[in-house]
Amino acid sequence: MRSAAITRTSIEPEWVLPSRGRVGMFSLIAAEAAVFTIFVVAYIFYVGKSVSGPTPKDVLELPIVGTVCLLSSSVTIHLAVRALRNSKLTVFGVWWFVTIVLGAIFLIGTGMEWRHLIFDDGVTVNTNLFGTTYYSLVGLHAFHVTVGLIVLILGMIFFLLGEIKPEHSQRAEIFSLYWHFVDVVWIVVFTVVYIVGR
Amino acid sequence: MSYLAYENKSGSVPIAGVLLLFAVVLFAGGQCSAASGPAIPNIFKPESTPADSIYGLSLLVLAVTGFIFVIVFCLIAYAIAKFRKRSNDEPEPPQVYGSNQIELAWTVIPVLIVLVLFMATARVIHAIEDAPVPKRALEVTVIGHQFWWEFRYPSLGIVAANELHVPVSDPSHPTPTFLTLLSADTDHSFWVPRLAGKTDLIPNRVNKMWIDPHDVGVYVGQCAQYCGMQHAKMLLRVYVDSPERFEQWVEEEKEPARTSDAANEGRRIFETTACINCHTISGTVADGRFGPDLTHLMSRETIASGAATNTPENLKTWIQDPDAIKPGSLMPAMKLGDHDLNALTAYLQTLR
Amino acid sequence: MASDSIALNVINQDTRPIGDRLHDWVVTVDHKKLGILYILYGLVFLIIGGIEATIMRIQLVVPHNHFVSPEVFNRMFTMHGTTMIFFVIMPILFGFGTYLIPLMIGTRDMAFPRLNAFSFWLTAFGGLLLYFSFIGGNGLYGAGNAPDVGWFAYAPLTSRAFSIGHSTDFWTLGLLVSGFGSIGTAVNFIATILCMRCPGMTLGKMPLLAWLYLIVGGMVILAISPLTAAQLMLSVDRYLGGHFFDTQAGGSAVLWMHFFWIFGHPEVYILVVPAFAFASEIIPVFSRKPIFGYPVMVAATVCIGFISFSVWAHHMFTVGMSSYGNTFFTVTTMIIAVPTGIKIFNWIGTMWGGKIQFKAPMLFCIGFLFQFLIAGLTGIMMAASPFDWQLGNSYFVVAHFHYVIVGGILFTVFGAFYYWFPKMSGRMYSETLAKWHFWLFLIGFHLTFDFMHIPGILGMPRRIYTYEPGRGWGIWNMIVSIGVVFQIAGILVFVFNLLQSLVKGEPAGGDPWDAWTLEWSTNSPPPEYNFARIPVVQSRRPLWDIKHPEDPDWKYE
Repeated sequence: MRSAAITRTSIEPEWVLPSRGRVGMFSLIAAEAAVFTIFVVAYIFYVGKSVSGPTPKDVLELPIVGTVCLLSSSVTIHLAVRALRNSKLTVFGVWWFVTIVLGAIFLIGTGMEWRHLIFDDGVTVNTNLFGTTYYSLVGLHAFHVTVGLIVLILGMIFFLLGEIKPEHSQRAEIFSLYWHFVDVVWIVVFTVVYIVGR
Repeated sequence: MSYLAYENKSGSVPIAGVLLLFAVVLFAGGQCSAASGPAIPNIFKPESTPADSIYGLSLLVLAVTGFIFVIVFCLIAYAIAKFRKRSNDEPEPPQVYGSNQIELAWTVIPVLIVLVLFMATARVIHAIEDAPVPKRALEVTVIGHQFWWEFRYPSLGIVAANELHVPVSDPSHPTPTFLTLLSADTDHSFWVPRLAGKTDLIPNRVNKMWIDPHDVGVYVGQCAQYCGMQHAKMLLRVYVDSPERFEQWVEEEKEPARTSDAANEGRRIFETTACINCHTISGTVADGRFGPDLTHLMSRETIASGAATNTPENLKTWIQDPDAIKPGSLMPAMKLGDHDLNALTAYLQTLR
Repeated sequence: MASDSIALNVINQDTRPIGDRLHDWVVTVDHKKLGILYILYGLVFLIIGGIEATIMRIQLVVPHNHFVSPEVFNRMFTMHGTTMIFFVIMPILFGFGTYLIPLMIGTRDMAFPRLNAFSFWLTAFGGLLLYFSFIGGNGLYGAGNAPDVGWFAYAPLTSRAFSIGHSTDFWTLGLLVSGFGSIGTAVNFIATILCMRCPGMTLGKMPLLAWLYLIVGGMVILAISPLTAAQLMLSVDRYLGGHFFDTQAGGSAVLWMHFFWIFGHPEVYILVVPAFAFASEIIPVFSRKPIFGYPVMVAATVCIGFISFSVWAHHMFTVGMSSYGNTFFTVTTMIIAVPTGIKIFNWIGTMWGGKIQFKAPMLFCIGFLFQFLIAGLTGIMMAASPFDWQLGNSYFVVAHFHYVIVGGILFTVFGAFYYWFPKMSGRMYSETLAKWHFWLFLIGFHLTFDFMHIPGILGMPRRIYTYEPGRGWGIWNMIVSIGVVFQIAGILVFVFNLLQSLVKGEPAGGDPWDAWTLEWSTNSPPPEYNFARIPVVQSRRPLWDIKHPEDPDWKYE
C-alpha cells in the first residue's frame, strides 16, 4: 500500500511548531511598523518645510503625563498576563483594569492637546505641513491606542462575566504584544514629534 | 486519458519560432536606427553629447546583454531539444539534486559582469550629471504647463513658447545650453531623444539638464511624464540654429510687438476680451502668464504646442474651438463672431 | 490507485439546489473554495482588463485616430494597469497560494480560515469599489468617470485641484481596501507555512512553492503597508485638506513617488516570485527530475526579497536625483539580476539531463523561461540609469514590464492553471485546445510586445492617446495592435477549454502527472478535510519516496 509511508506509522520525535497566533501577531506588527515608518519618514521629511506658521516650537508641549501612563501600561498588561497564566484571576482583573485606565488617560491627554491646538492655536490638518503631518502621525497612533482599548474593554467585560480562564492566557499574551508595540511606536512618535521635530 | 496521450512530436518548433521572431526584432531594430531626418526622433541617432554618451553606454549594454541572451538562449534551446522524452516507457532519468561548483560559477560570473556594467554606467552618470557649466553656456528656464512649454532666457530677456531655439555647439568651441526645469502645475518631462535623455519638470522642485547639439536642424520630442488629459499633444520642438541665425532670432525676439494701423481693430478685440487674462503681448495691456507669450507668435511654425501648423485657418479654429485641435486644452473657446474672429486673426498675423 | 482519503475516488456530484450551493461558496472558509474564488475573480477581471487594453490598442492602431476621446483613453490605461496588477495577478496568485499551500504542506486548512475569507472579500469589494467609479465617480450625472491619473497616480495630478470629482477617491479607497485584504492573506500565508506543516516537514523539506510563498508573504507585509500609508495620506489630502502632496503648500510630489515605488518595486517581485514558485513545481515534474539546487533557489529568492526593497528609485531615474542617488540605485538594480539569473540557470539545470514532456504546463513554463530572460535583460538595460533617461517612460518600458508580467507571470499562471486544473476540478483539460491556446497566445504576445520596444526607441512616450504621423511609429503600433487579435483568440480558446473540460473532461484521478508533492496524494478534487490522516514526510518529494522505495530522496538530502 503506497500511502503507508506518508502516514504516522512510527514514533517520531515530538513535532513542535510555533504558535500561529504569535506568528500572526508578529506579522501584523511588522505590517503596522511599515505603515508607521512611512508616516514617520513623512513627518521628518517635512520638519521645518511649512511655508507658514505656526511651527511645532510655538505650539507643542511635552505630553509627559500621557507618556508615563502609556509606558507604564506596558508593565501592567504584562503583570496581568502573568497573573492569568498563574491562574490568579483577581490579580489579572486588577492589572487589566489599571491598563485600561492608563490607556484612557493617555487618550484623554491627546484629546486635550488637540483641543488646545485647534481652539487656542488654530492648528488644523490644513493649516500647514506641520498640521497635516502632526495630526496624521499622532492621530494614527491614537487610533491604534483606541483599537487596543476597545479590545482591553472587551476583555474586561468577559472578565466581569466570568468568562476569562487561565487557558486564555495565551490569547491575552498575544494581544499584549500588540499593546507593547503601540507603546514602542509612541516612544518613536514622541522622540520624532516632541524632541527632534521641535 | 486520451488527452494525456497526446505527445508533442515537434519539440524544435518553439525554438525555430522564437528564433525567427528575434531575427525579425533585430532586423526591425536595425531599420529604426537607419531611419533618419530631424522629424524622426531616435535614441540611436544622437546629435548632442549627453545623448551621445548614453548611446555609447547603450552599445556596451546591448553587447553584454546580447551575449548573455545568446548563451542562455542556446542553453535552453539545447536542453529542450536534447532532453525530450521520446517514448512513454522510458525509466526515470538519473535524479540530480544540484552542484555547488556549478552554482558558484553561475553566481560569480554574473557578479563580474554586473561589476563591469556598473562601472561603465557610473562613469556616464557622472559625466552627464556633474558636467561643469562653461562660461559660454546659454541658460534657459523651461517651465512646464498643462499642456505647453514656456521658455525663458533670463540673460537675454526673451520669453518664448513650445519652440526652443538654441545655438549649435561646435565641439571644438562648445556653446552648450543649460536648462533649468520647473513646473507650474503637474509633473512633466522634457524629452528630445536625439539631444539628451529626459528629465522631469516637477512643481516645487528645480531640475537641471543640458544639451549641446552638434548639427543645425529641428529636433522633435514631447512631454514624457503623464501630466493630464492632453499629455499626448504636449509636443516639443527644438530649433538648433547656426550662431548667426540664433543671433538674429534673439534680436527679433527682443523687440516689442509690432503695431500696424491695419490691425488696430483686432488689437482692440484682443485687449478687451479674456485673451489678456492668460496671454502676454509686450507693449500692450496683455500680461497674463497662464498661456504662451504671443508677442512673436508668427515666428513659430506651430501653435497649440505643436499640435497644429501655424496657419490662419488653424489659428481661427484654435481660437473658436480649441477642442477641435486639442480636446482638454485649458484654452477656453472664445466664441467670437466672424467679423471679430477675422480681425483678431489678422492682428495675430502681424505679431512677427 | 490507493488514496489517503476516506471519500471514494469519484467526482463528487453535488445535487443540492443551486441556491444552497452558491450560499456555500459565499460563506465558505475552506481554503480550496476561497482559492478557487480568488482565481475566478481574477479571471473575470482579466477579461475586463483585457477589454480595456484592446480599446487602447484600437485607438493607437493609426496616428490621429478618433476611436476614443483622450479622457476615455486616460481612464482606460489607469484602469487597465490598476486592474491587472491588483485585481487580476494578485488575486490569481493569492488564489493559487490559498488553494495549494495547505495541501502541499499537509494540513487541513490555513492558520486563520475566517481571516482568509475576510481577506478574499476585502479584495473582492476593493475591485468592485474601483469599478463603481464608472458609475459613481461623477456623482451619477454625465458619463462614467473612472480614475484617469495613471496606475501610479503621481502627485499633484491626484490633488483636488487637478482631479475634480470622486474618481481618484474610488481609486484610493479601492486599493486601500484590497490592500488590507492582501495583508491579511500574507499574514495567513506566513502563519500557515510556519505553524501548520505536517510532521517531518522541516523548513528545508518544504516544497519550493511553500518557501516562495513564505517570502512573498513577508514582502507583501512590508511592501503593501507603505502603499496603505501613502493612500491614507492621499485621503487626508483629498478629504481633510491636508498638504502631504500639495506642492502649493510646500508639499513634495517626489515624496509620493518614493512612497509609491517603495511599494511598487517589491510589488513586481511579489507578483513574480509566485510565478517562480509555479515554474519550480512544474519544470521538475515534466523534466522528471528534482529541482536543481533547492537550497540555492531558496537563498536566491530570499536575496531577491531583500534587495527588492532597495531598488525602488530606479523608477525615478528621471526625476533629477543626484549622481550619487542614481549610482546607488543603478548598482542595487543590477545586483538583483544576479539571484534572478541564478534561478533561471537552476531551472535549466533541472531540465538538463531530464526527460522533458511537452504538456501544456511545461510549454507555458518554457515560454516563461525565454521571455523572462529577455525581460531581465531589458531590465538590465534600464538599470543603467543614463540608458533609462532615454528609455524611461517610453514604450520600451511598457514593453519591458509587459514582458515581465505577461511573458513571465501570466505564462506561468496559465501553466499553473493547466497543471492544477485536474486537482481543482477533478477533470482533465483538453491538451489539444491547451496547445492551441499556447501557440496563439505565444504568437500574439510576441507580435505585441516584441515590436512594442521599437516605438520606445523612436521616442514614443507612454500614456499618449494619439501620436503624430511621420515619426516612424505607425507601422510598429499597427503590428502591436494586430498581436492583440491573436492574444484574444488564445484567451477565448482558454476560456472555452476551461468551460468544456469542467463539464466533459475525463476524470483526472488523484495524481495525473505522476508528481511528487503532497497535493497529489489526495483525491481530485480533494475532500474538504484534504487528508483523512495527516501525512508524515521524510523528504522534499514524499510521493517520490513512496513510488521509489528502493531509491528515496531522503537518502540524499
